Amino acid sequence: MNKINAKSVELVDLTKTFITSTRGEVLAVQNVNLTIEPGEFVTLLGPSGCGKTTLLRMIAGFEIPTSGKILFNDDDVIKKTPDKRDLGMVFQNYALFPHLNVFDNIAYGLKIKKFETKVIKEKVLAGLKTVKMDDFSTRVPSQMSGGQQQRVALVRALVQNPGVLLFDEPLSNLDAKLRLHMRDEIRRIQKDIGITSIYVTHDQNEAMAMSDKIVILKDGIVQQVGSPQEVYYKPANTFVSNFIGKANIVEGNVIAVKSDIVTIKIQNKEYDVKHRNAKTFKIKEAVDIVVRPEAVDLTLDYFKSVVKKTVYMGVSQDYWFDFANKEIEVSDYNPSSKRVYKEGEEITFGFQEESIHILHKI
Amino acid sequence: METNHKENAATRYFRQLKFTMRDPILLITVGVVFIFVFMFIVFPLISILKESMISEGGFTLSNYWGILSSRFNRHIIGNTLKLGITVAIFGTVIAFLFAYSTTYLAIPHKKIFNILSIMPMISPPFVISLSVILLFGRSGLISYEVFHVRNDVYGFWGLALTQTLSFFPIGYLMLRNLLQNIDPSVEEASQALGANRWKVFTTVTLPLMLPGLANAMLLIFIQSLADFGNAIVIGGNYTTMAVQIYQQGIGSYDMAGATALAVILLMISLLAYYIQNGVIGKKSYVTVTGKVAKERILIDNKKVTIPAYATCLMICIFVLSLYALVPIGAFVRLWGADYSFTMKWIIYVFTIGRKYIVDTTILALIATPIAGTLGMVSAFLIVRKAFPGRTFVEWSILMAIALPGTVIGLGYVLTYNSGPIILTGTGFILIMALVVRSFPVGTRSGIAALKQIDPSIEEAATISGANSSKVFRSITLPLIKPVFFSSLLYSFIRGMTLVSTIIFLVSANWQMLTVAIMNQVDQGLYGAANAYCLVLILLVATVMVIMKLLLRLFKIDINGDL
Repeated sequence: MNKINAKSVELVDLTKTFITSTRGEVLAVQNVNLTIEPGEFVTLLGPSGCGKTTLLRMIAGFEIPTSGKILFNDDDVIKKTPDKRDLGMVFQNYALFPHLNVFDNIAYGLKIKKFETKVIKEKVLAGLKTVKMDDFSTRVPSQMSGGQQQRVALVRALVQNPGVLLFDEPLSNLDAKLRLHMRDEIRRIQKDIGITSIYVTHDQNEAMAMSDKIVILKDGIVQQVGSPQEVYYKPANTFVSNFIGKANIVEGNVIAVKSDIVTIKIQNKEYDVKHRNAKTFKIKEAVDIVVRPEAVDLTLDYFKSVVKKTVYMGVSQDYWFDFANKEIEVSDYNPSSKRVYKEGEEITFGFQEESIHILHKI
Repeated sequence: METNHKENAATRYFRQLKFTMRDPILLITVGVVFIFVFMFIVFPLISILKESMISEGGFTLSNYWGILSSRFNRHIIGNTLKLGITVAIFGTVIAFLFAYSTTYLAIPHKKIFNILSIMPMISPPFVISLSVILLFGRSGLISYEVFHVRNDVYGFWGLALTQTLSFFPIGYLMLRNLLQNIDPSVEEASQALGANRWKVFTTVTLPLMLPGLANAMLLIFIQSLADFGNAIVIGGNYTTMAVQIYQQGIGSYDMAGATALAVILLMISLLAYYIQNGVIGKKSYVTVTGKVAKERILIDNKKVTIPAYATCLMICIFVLSLYALVPIGAFVRLWGADYSFTMKWIIYVFTIGRKYIVDTTILALIATPIAGTLGMVSAFLIVRKAFPGRTFVEWSILMAIALPGTVIGLGYVLTYNSGPIILTGTGFILIMALVVRSFPVGTRSGIAALKQIDPSIEEAATISGANSSKVFRSITLPLIKPVFFSSLLYSFIRGMTLVSTIIFLVSANWQMLTVAIMNQVDQGLYGAANAYCLVLILLVATVMVIMKLLLRLFKIDINGDL
């Protein structure tokens, strides 16, 4: 659409406290440090009330941080009002101007930046083309569906050629099918242009599908920053392991530590687990072991149990059974080619060694 | 948990100030609103309070003691309360009858009942009193010409009647709005459980309306307390506080007594306003959303509809004919003695009275855009912007709605008659008075309208590079256009019809129509008074029609707002 104007974003010790009438002073965001490279797509993910929207609104300039710095290309923007920060933003409820038609909605910011009428027209029409809405320029917002409105809102943000593009749960008001479609569309356009994007969502699938980097927040504190693979395979703590996908947490003990391998024992079975910070584990330490439901292998026979419940899900046959005082959930994919167990039946299983992840107990 | 980010109130205040400072236009606007609110709402009240508590250079409560120990003044306070309560009860009953009939009953001519609700808004506050005197006074058309009685209409009952008829439409509008917003399915549920229509009314509708009824009662009570026009025209020897404040302050120049009395009236008004908004307002069961879930099935039982319709129609015809009497009286040579047709009074007001007409129109036309803009801007600031002192601004403006006009008038005289800034006698202070008496209503509707609009729409404009002023002009104002225009209209009408505040402020330089009318009534020259009233109503009606046509031309819908 334009020359790339992708800025880097750096958050330094960013903190925000709110005063509420019921709970007194609340730390909405606590000491957040984050570096976002130009052109990166970063998702702020967390349950509601985790501070992700507050964080985004501080970057936008709608909330004032209590302390900390926000740098765009090493330039501190804290003192700037939102209109001076060179941003684009897509809102949850589209936020199209109801009294203006599609063309004027998109042209709004360009007019403020005093572009020539001819240039504005070119930019608006080119923008509409990228979302395949060429014929919509004279429609008003009330004549369009939610998906169409959100696409216009996206174009309105993009034509500004902003340094950073912000998304505040833009797809949560759309129905499930449209949500999938729009998520691919946003990601495609974002990659094409290479614009720095910060995306807030509470939907982990959305975060996994779209992001270069995911920031997981809970109670205003960053739990983990990493690629989708990192946060899924190497969750930083049990909260992350349960928030991203499903996780079984079983207990074990460390019996040996080598340079990057920790040997653990679960009941009588030993596993060698790769870990970046293996040296932090001590011998005899009790650890939490994260095993994804699809990483439980029913063809192995290290452990025994009795099936408590089983549900046919189509893509998988799911089982629940007890193991070492914990309930284990298993997803056995492509069940038509496998043996299916009934409730009450005895079952043997093991964990796939390469899929095990260990955590210090807190 | 880390605790090193705790900040105290002072640093928070400072941070908010810094946030405001980022945006110079916002800072200037906030400053202007602050200065205005302080100079023309808060400071005059402080002056009154100060004056009432200072005697011979020292602090004292002797002025209050003087008021409360004087039988005469105690009597006046009693009069005011007795009148207020009577009017509130009768007014609310009539208001509820009208509201229930128009929303729940299948009766014809509902439009006429709605015209009734607009009449008190577009006419000067004492028109009803004037008409009642013309009909039932010493030389009244009915009392003397028909029944040959030299009736004394002045006093408690005359005043109670005129205030009830003047103020019940306000309660009607409010109750109608509430009744319309009761979800019919609640009543249908009650019927499905075996309740008949009467049971539905007594066990569901009425209990749901109780907070609303209390609210309407207080609303009318506050109006009655503050009413100056009717009280001075038809009150006779039955003096109320609003009138006494004027007579003591301006008539006898006893500022100590007047201010003490004003403070007492102010306290009663604010207490009633606080109960209305702070206590009852929060108890409301009916949320006014503007959306009705579904159509209500109207009651068509003739035993109910016919008596209700007949009562409403009778009251309606009576009130409308009172309003109609004024223009008729303008063409009568001498009411009570010579009923022949004359153009004398009309010629009189257009020659001798021309200055009154011109001055009033000019002042109202200047005050209108100021009040309209100030209302919207202050609503925008209050709802959308965090700035230090926001609560103070919001509280002061909304409180101003409940301020009795005489109290404000007295405050202006005290504050701007002498001292560093002298404004009395100028057109400027009159304009400010008109603005203060009308813009808070605009602020209130503006706040309500803005709360319906998702803030992210304005945020989207900000992100696109628009500063606060641009956002307000290009997004906010167009979205609350209907409220803006109805508040312009309201301000103009208010400017033309206001009596209480401006009677303290008129001078040889600047004259107001309403004051001229009062003077004529005082001298018993009803023909001239009626002619002035007629001109005033015509001026207001003309502006209203022009405005409506313009709005229709630009396809702006202010339906329901005026």
